[in-house]
Amino acid sequence: MSAVRQERVPVITGIGVVAPGGVGTKAFWELLTAGRTATRAISLFDAGSFRSRIAAECDFDPAAEGLSPQEIRRMDRAAQFAVVAAREALTDSGLELAEIDPGLIGVSIGSAVGCTTGLEEEYVVLSDGGRRWLLDPSYAVPQLYGYMVPSTMAVEVAWACGAEGPVSLTSTGCTAGLDSMGHGAQLIREGSAEIVLAGATDAPLSPITVACFDAIRATSPNNADPESASRPFDLNRDGFVLGEGAAVMVLEEREAARRRGARGYAEISGFARRSNAFHMTGLKPDGREMAEAIRDALRQAGASAGDVDYINAHGSGTRQNDRHETAAFKRSLGERAREIPVSSIKSMIGHSLGAIGSIEIAASALALRHQVVPPTANLHTPDPECDLDYVPLTAREHAMDAVLSVGSGFGGFQSAMLLRRGETA
Amino acid sequence: MMAAVTGIGVVAPNGVGTETYWQAVLAGRSGIGPLTRFDARGYPVRIAGEVTGFDAAEHVPSRLRVQTDRWTHLAFTAAEMALSDAGADTDELPEYEMAVLTSSSSGGTEFGQYEIERLWSKGSRYVTAYQSIAWFYAATTGQLSIRHGMRGPCGVVCTEQAGGLDAAGRTCRLLESDGARFVLTGGTDASLCPYGVTAQAATGLISPSEEPERGYQPFASTASGYVPGEGGAILVVEQADAARERGAKHVYGLITGYAATFDPRPGTPDPEGGSRLRRAAQLALADAGLECGQVDVVFADASGDPERDRIEATTLREFFGPHGVPVTAPKTMTGRLYGGGAALDVATALLSIRDGVIPPTINVPALAPGCDLDLVRGEPREGPIRNALILARGYGGFNAALVVSGTE
Amino acid sequence: MSTFTLDDLAKLMRECGGEDQEGLCGDTLDVPFADLGYDSLALLEITTRIENRYSVSIPEDMATGMKTPREAIDYVNTLVHAA
Repeated sequence: MSAVRQERVPVITGIGVVAPGGVGTKAFWELLTAGRTATRAISLFDAGSFRSRIAAECDFDPAAEGLSPQEIRRMDRAAQFAVVAAREALTDSGLELAEIDPGLIGVSIGSAVGCTTGLEEEYVVLSDGGRRWLLDPSYAVPQLYGYMVPSTMAVEVAWACGAEGPVSLTSTGCTAGLDSMGHGAQLIREGSAEIVLAGATDAPLSPITVACFDAIRATSPNNADPESASRPFDLNRDGFVLGEGAAVMVLEEREAARRRGARGYAEISGFARRSNAFHMTGLKPDGREMAEAIRDALRQAGASAGDVDYINAHGSGTRQNDRHETAAFKRSLGERAREIPVSSIKSMIGHSLGAIGSIEIAASALALRHQVVPPTANLHTPDPECDLDYVPLTAREHAMDAVLSVGSGFGGFQSAMLLRRGETA
Repeated sequence: MMAAVTGIGVVAPNGVGTETYWQAVLAGRSGIGPLTRFDARGYPVRIAGEVTGFDAAEHVPSRLRVQTDRWTHLAFTAAEMALSDAGADTDELPEYEMAVLTSSSSGGTEFGQYEIERLWSKGSRYVTAYQSIAWFYAATTGQLSIRHGMRGPCGVVCTEQAGGLDAAGRTCRLLESDGARFVLTGGTDASLCPYGVTAQAATGLISPSEEPERGYQPFASTASGYVPGEGGAILVVEQADAARERGAKHVYGLITGYAATFDPRPGTPDPEGGSRLRRAAQLALADAGLECGQVDVVFADASGDPERDRIEATTLREFFGPHGVPVTAPKTMTGRLYGGGAALDVATALLSIRDGVIPPTINVPALAPGCDLDLVRGEPREGPIRNALILARGYGGFNAALVVSGTE
Repeated sequence: MSTFTLDDLAKLMRECGGEDQEGLCGDTLDVPFADLGYDSLALLEITTRIENRYSVSIPEDMATGMKTPREAIDYVNTLVHAA
């Protein structure tokens, strides 16, 4: 295999976000910096019989976001999110796609549960509301198979940007959004692509996914107070709040971005992952493997703990995660962990499974651009086991050159990415 | 850096176990038959490549069995075979330098279907706690990582039927630049459940034939689609130096080249006929530093759809010249295995290299016009094989090409 | 409502993955579930099945608080008899 000749640095030059609280990057950043929460009672379906009946939903009207009737029919909600986010990212980047060899455009999308929503909806149609499976196979819509294979979402993004280079979907559960960005960055580094649309999407707010987190009691049952149910690092946290959304970013090689005068949000300087090989859902309190991923990401970036200015945490708000993660930060960064702000935007927009990793990278890139750290909402009562500076309630102006974003997922996956402000900022 | 394949584990419709499968393939024995996993009367799919003679209870402990889908059971089994074949003691290898990277096409479809059914027929409280870890696409990679203590950079790639090649290709990157020395890769699939086949049939790509000999005849004048199957292969791929260092007992071959491309959106005017398969093949050969003339065999994607067959045949003819290279599709004996199919092709190509024999394509009595290939039909063809090119395409426009080479 | 017996629990444990395991018996009554090979997910699964089958509601903290088969049997019986 060919060796990498000179260093090619991937830069984020465009951002598109579909998140709870408002579609588009502008609305997203406003929500985060205002410290507002978008968690609420589930309205997308009747969740009356569920243990956790709250979520962070996107107010998303596909037609208003420019999708054609055919696109709306063909794509399930998660794919729609991805395409809308991809189009925003392309516009934001100012790229003229017509000037680029399509063979050098790649796509790397992440998702944890793919088109589960579409798959479940069609199941309900085919089984007469679950009463009698398979009324008639000819009722199966042509796009049913597209719902069964999550790769369809990468296909839709590829079609949206005319990509003919490497296109794929990464599905490593809740680290999928970090891992897909990492893969996209790798494609730029090794020269397999000049432009990559990288990001992730998930729309898990359908009965089967809500039920499966009910069954393991991972989601918050705080139905009485949805707005403050997502409480990462708070002593009274009682599980995560499901969310949905997508973020897609344009990655391009730094020199090419510089030549066309593009302004970069951030460079992807390091990315690493480890697995705990411990349990599909359980985490050991010591944070060992996440710490190892963080160390490796820093090493790749040629950075030390002292260079990290802010950590965008996984901060899901489950009892075990927040403790695990706090330990990982201390283990990998030592005393530096106590000196820098750490925050979880899941407190405001919930946990959108695979999508959230990319949404958090978008937030980290915006934090670098604006030099503002988004807060951890709902953090009123500190947990003695989580004793770092979690930026409670209010956004904070803060000088930053490097941001660390981490994720942790079912399957034992731990990922870490280091972003730098870089030379094109 | 050289990526050496040191272990192979196969769970295929025509053989569980690498040598059993290989003997079946060389003998032209098919694993395609009537779909028996459920009562398929009234379904648009009546024949399939089922992995029969596989009892998960013999291979997977009960606690893991109830927590996982059949797709993962097949992977557990193939992975154990591959590790045992590689003769590696995973306890002795550095934990962060071992990784798992699998291809998944549709995850735990069967498990998921029955939980959705329970939810809608009985209520949310009847959904099992295991749904959260059985259905999602990362279940197999996560479980293999836990079972074998592999704490390195794990991953899951979803490009439908191209996934097995993408996983193998990316494995080389893990070995090259991500600090891994020992990787379990490949993929399996098991979506022959009622919802799975209903969804597969919705593409219109599955043959309506109910005769096992007629359902999957790629490049044939009688091609009518494909037969779905289940199973796949898991491989152990190592840094060649590290494999030597630990005294690996054999090396099947090296992964020497890889590339992935994507087709233009259907309907886009395109002088190249709407396919970028050829570009994938070109880039993979360039990656391997090979000329066309050095390729001894092509393991074709062999769609079974007449138009897609023609595109692939044209690609091969333009690239290698008329009858310029032997082409084969042993998947005619298994059906198309989705996330596991291309992984099984990689395994088969490596066995071809080891034994110097090209396995046959079966059930292709006459080539279709436009598909005039040197297709190895009916009988295996002997002769030294140094380099094999494997092609795969995934639903929606994915193309992948992988080159495997002998060690000589 | 009938009493929740050792046999009832043993049957549920087998359903939830214990088929290969040694049967639950008097000797293992006080062995923690974890040592019997049942992880947190398996325990949640057992708890939910008890709830569905015996029409009882096990509070969240108890679901993870029952450490051994004996504790589970005793606790479920207090619920069953109170119902």
